[in-house]
Amino acid sequence: MEKALEVRDLTVVYGGRAALEGAELELPRGAMLGVVGPNGGGKSTLLKAVLGIVPLARGEVRVLGRRLDRRSRRLVGYVPQREDVDWDFPVSAFDVVMMGRVPSMGLLRRPSERDRRLVWEALEAVGMAGLAGKRIGEFSGGQQQRIFLARALAQEAEVLLLDEPVSGVDAPSQHEIFDLLHRLQERGKTIVVTTHDLSCVAERFDLALLLNRRVIACGPPAEVFVPELLNETYQSHLMILRVGGRTVAVETDRPGGGGG
Amino acid sequence: MVEHLLEPLGYGFMQRGLLASVLVAMVCGALGSFVVLKRLAFIGDALAHASFGGVALAFVLGLNVYAGAFVFALATALGIGALSQHGKVRSDTAIGVLFSGTFALGIVIISSVENYTTDLFGYLFGDVLSITARDLLAISLAGTAVIVLLGLFYRQLLFVAFDPAVAAASGVPARALEYLLLGLLGVTIVAALQAVGIVLVVALLVTPSATAYLFCRRFHHMILASMGIGCLSALVGIYLSYYLNVASGASIILVSTALFFVVLGGRALLRRTGGWRSGPFRGYHSA
Repeated sequence: MEKALEVRDLTVVYGGRAALEGAELELPRGAMLGVVGPNGGGKSTLLKAVLGIVPLARGEVRVLGRRLDRRSRRLVGYVPQREDVDWDFPVSAFDVVMMGRVPSMGLLRRPSERDRRLVWEALEAVGMAGLAGKRIGEFSGGQQQRIFLARALAQEAEVLLLDEPVSGVDAPSQHEIFDLLHRLQERGKTIVVTTHDLSCVAERFDLALLLNRRVIACGPPAEVFVPELLNETYQSHLMILRVGGRTVAVETDRPGGGGG
Repeated sequence: MVEHLLEPLGYGFMQRGLLASVLVAMVCGALGSFVVLKRLAFIGDALAHASFGGVALAFVLGLNVYAGAFVFALATALGIGALSQHGKVRSDTAIGVLFSGTFALGIVIISSVENYTTDLFGYLFGDVLSITARDLLAISLAGTAVIVLLGLFYRQLLFVAFDPAVAAASGVPARALEYLLLGLLGVTIVAALQAVGIVLVVALLVTPSATAYLFCRRFHHMILASMGIGCLSALVGIYLSYYLNVASGASIILVSTALFFVVLGGRALLRRTGGWRSGPFRGYHSA
C-alpha cells in the first residue's frame, strides 16, 4: 500500500537543545492522526520539520514516496496556528484561498479558468463560498480555520497538516471542523492534527501519536491512551484519574498538578 | 483658478519638480502598502538615513551620488539581515546601530568639506525644484523598474507578506522574495531622495498607505488608493510650496499627513452615525 507520509529519524535542534529527536512516522493514504503531548513537546516543530520550514539536524521526509522539493511541496497543505497569522491584512476569503494556487502559477500568468474553479470548489467544500468577499479578519476563529483549510485544498494538497486548529474555537465550530476533516478523509486526504484535546482524539481519530520531543507511542487511541504511556508523555504535567471505570486525563500547567 | 494652476507650469523647473514628485509619490504609494503591513517603516527610515553616508562619500569622491546612496542602502539592508540572523542582536537593535553609524559617517564627511554643505543638505530635506532632466530620467527608470517588478511578483509577494510560513511550506521562495522587497525599498528610497529628502522619505512611504488602509478591504485596492493619495499629496504639496514659498518636500508630506487625519476623522464620524460598514481595525479587536 502506498504511504502518504514517511518520516525517518527527524531531528530538530534549537539552540543546542533537541526540540525533536529521531521522530519516525508512517501514514497510509486516508489516515487521520492526532498528535498530542505537553506544551514544548515539539508538536508544532514536528509539523514544521515535515514541511521543511525549520532547519533539520538530520532526517528524511517523503510524501507519496517523493522527497520534498519545490514541486512535491504542493502535495502538503499546512494550516498554521492562529497566532502566526496577521488577521488585519486587507485580503478577502477568496484572496486567501487563491494564494493556494500561487505555487503552481507562472510569474506572468493571471489565474486561469482552472485556478478559479479550484478556488471556488475549495470554498464550497468548506462551506464558505457564500462569504468569499468578506475580509479575513471579520470571520470567526472557526471560519478562519475553514478558509485556511480551503487554501490547502485549492493547492491540491494530498496531505493536510493542521496546527492546533480548534484551540480558541467554540465547541460547535470544533465539531464542524472535525466533520469537515472526516469528509476530506473520505475523499482520500491524509490528515495530521496537533491538539490538546485528548478526548477528541480518542473519539474521532483512527491514530494517535504521543510526542514529548521523541515519539513515545503511535497507534489506535485505545491502545496508546493508557496510563503508562500518557504518564511517560506528560510526565508530571498530566493527572491520570480513574472516574467510574473510565480513565480521565487532566493536563496541568505546573508540574505536580493542582493547576486543574 | 485655471491661471493659478497653469502659472507655475511656465517654468521648466516646476514642470520637472511636479513630474518627479508625482512619480516618486506613486512608486512610494505602491511599495508603501507592503511597508505598512509588514511593519517595515523603521527599516525604511534606516535605509534612507544610511544612504546619506553613500551620498556624502560619492559626492566627495566625485562619483554618482545616487549610486553611492543605493550601495549604502543595500549594504545596510543586508547588514541588518546578517546581524539579526545570528540571533545575538535583535533586528530593531541592528537597525539602530547600523543606520546611525552610516548616517554619522555622512555627517563627518560633509563637515570635513564645508563648502559643499549646502548642496548636500538638499539631500537631507529634499530639493525637488533643482531636479534636472537627467535626474528625472533616472527617477522614471527606477520607478518603472519598481512598479514592473511589483506587478510581476505581486501574487508571490502578497502570499509571503500575509503568511510567510505557509508560503515557504508550499514552495514559494519566501526568503528571496523578502530580499526582493528590501531591494525595491532601497531603489525607491534613492529615487525619492531629491524629491522629499532623507529625513522625510519614510513619511511618503508610510502615510499614503496608512490612509488607504483605513478604508480599503482588499490589498490591490489599498495599493491603488495609496498611489492616488500619494499623487494628490504631491500635486497639492508642490502648488502650496510655490504659492506659500515653503520647502516642497515638507509641504508634500504635510498635505499627506492632513489627508490621513481627514480620513481618520471621517471614518470615526461615519462609524458613529452607523454609516461605516466595516473597517479594517475591527478584526484587530476581535482577533
